[in-house]
Amino acid sequence: MSGSPMMRKVKLHEIAHARAGDKGNTSNVSVWVYDPGDYPLVKAQLTADRVKQAFPSLVQGPVRRYELDQLHGLNFVMEDALEGGVNTSLGLDSHGKSWSYLLLDLDVEVPENRGPSGPT
Amino acid sequence: MLRLGCGAGFSSDRLGPAVDLANKGKLDFLVFETCAERTLAFAHRDRKLDPKRGYNPQLRARMRGVLKACKENGTRIVTNMGVANVPEAANVVVEVARELGLAGLKVAAVLGDEVTDLLGPETKLFDHHDKRIEEVGLPFTSANAYLGLDAILPALESGADVIITGRVADPSLFLAPIAHKYGWRRDDWAVLGKGTLVGHLLECGMQITGGYFADPGKKDVPHLANCGYPIAEVAEDGAAVITKLADAGGMVTQRTVKEQLLYEVHDPARYLTPDVTADFSKVELVDDGRDRVRVAKGDGTKRPDTLKVTVGFDGGYLAEAGVSYAGPNATARANLSAAILKERLGREPGIGGAGTPMRIDLIGLNALHQTAHGPRQEAEDVRLRVAMRTADRTACETMLWEVESLLCCGPAGGGGYRGQITPSVVTHSALIERERVKPRVEVLVA
Repeated sequence: MSGSPMMRKVKLHEIAHARAGDKGNTSNVSVWVYDPGDYPLVKAQLTADRVKQAFPSLVQGPVRRYELDQLHGLNFVMEDALEGGVNTSLGLDSHGKSWSYLLLDLDVEVPENRGPSGPT
Repeated sequence: MLRLGCGAGFSSDRLGPAVDLANKGKLDFLVFETCAERTLAFAHRDRKLDPKRGYNPQLRARMRGVLKACKENGTRIVTNMGVANVPEAANVVVEVARELGLAGLKVAAVLGDEVTDLLGPETKLFDHHDKRIEEVGLPFTSANAYLGLDAILPALESGADVIITGRVADPSLFLAPIAHKYGWRRDDWAVLGKGTLVGHLLECGMQITGGYFADPGKKDVPHLANCGYPIAEVAEDGAAVITKLADAGGMVTQRTVKEQLLYEVHDPARYLTPDVTADFSKVELVDDGRDRVRVAKGDGTKRPDTLKVTVGFDGGYLAEAGVSYAGPNATARANLSAAILKERLGREPGIGGAGTPMRIDLIGLNALHQTAHGPRQEAEDVRLRVAMRTADRTACETMLWEVESLLCCGPAGGGGYRGQITPSVVTHSALIERERVKPRVEVLVA
């Protein structure tokens, strides 16, 4: 797909929404496309490896991905990702509440002729 | 049909919309969920300082707000606001009931979650690479097992108007009234999975009615300022509709429900509670009118053999301090102040060493997402933030002093110094055999 002249890059934020949660030192971010038509391309491009490689200094442990195809959503579970967790992190956002927007800032490629993106 | 409402999704959640639910929700049960791992550890600390404390600080205000309406409307209250001091919390509810002229009101206290004396230095912490308690290197302060359905059902059967617990699994606060009402078997895993799904969706309060959701231009939420708490209508087979009061702000849509469905969930097919291994992986959502979403196909398998335990440690202090820079060259001046601080504090014993890491962020540039996006250099104002955690209060005070001193002997134009030292707790998780935990119920009458 990459490099095809028929594709253009958009921020994931344009076509999907997300929520972050924490349990101990593990962060999970669920990602949901607004338009079910975008689900196959997001599922193909937003792999667990991609997420792991995008945030090497933040996500120290493995990343697993769970798929809820019937609801057009992906759940990313990132281990050793919160500086020890809310009890020990020195970060301002020690829960990683803002991590939904970390993922939504990633680029995805959509077809050039795709109409204006966003919620309906 | 059973109607349950959630009147708090965390310790400091709003009161007004809960009062609205008590008055207008036509509820069978109103549930307040206020107990998180850290809340619990801090509550133990409060109780140690004063044996009359250690329950939710908003308990009295919440009971004053809803108790009379709930009693009049036949709405029973279930809450974990007992936190680390359930007996005292039950006393407070009785006091408020008397104050409101509700003589005869019954309060059931669910006890037995505290297992501090059952764990020892050898207990392994499964969330901490199986290290033992004694290897954590911090004073061990408390341990509480997550109780569930088995512990709450006898309290419901007592006929109490208010059921007050300490540490129970959040969804169990909702599952128990449903299972009680419909007489669900405690080994009917499929239906317990459905009830747990309802509990999971409601337990964070407004996070399913438009809270923690709005993103202007992308996900707009009507009248978020007046957002209402959620209501679930649950049928005998566990099928449910999530909704809210018609005149409350916020909204219930498939999108708000989806985001909450996987909140703090790892494997959606294996959500462990004391009651069931719930399976959310096949869930289906159907619109059922304005602000009504039908939830179906929750499922479940056998419950775990062990109970999860939150283990608390005294984490010393968290010290944080900051100074802001604005206007031309603000980032460069903030960076200079960071370099100066590292040099000055680097000479201090007890600061920045292996045991007491220090962290410096520039709020406005990289404080939350750090290195994820490469340098973003410019902002109208930038705040230097320094944070450290240590048991050494003097070291904390030294750090604050050095940050404040930047006002006169740091870069130009620094202002807005604030510094604070707050107690810190550390929590980890262990497992305990179910048989070793002995829940019990005591009933008080106002």
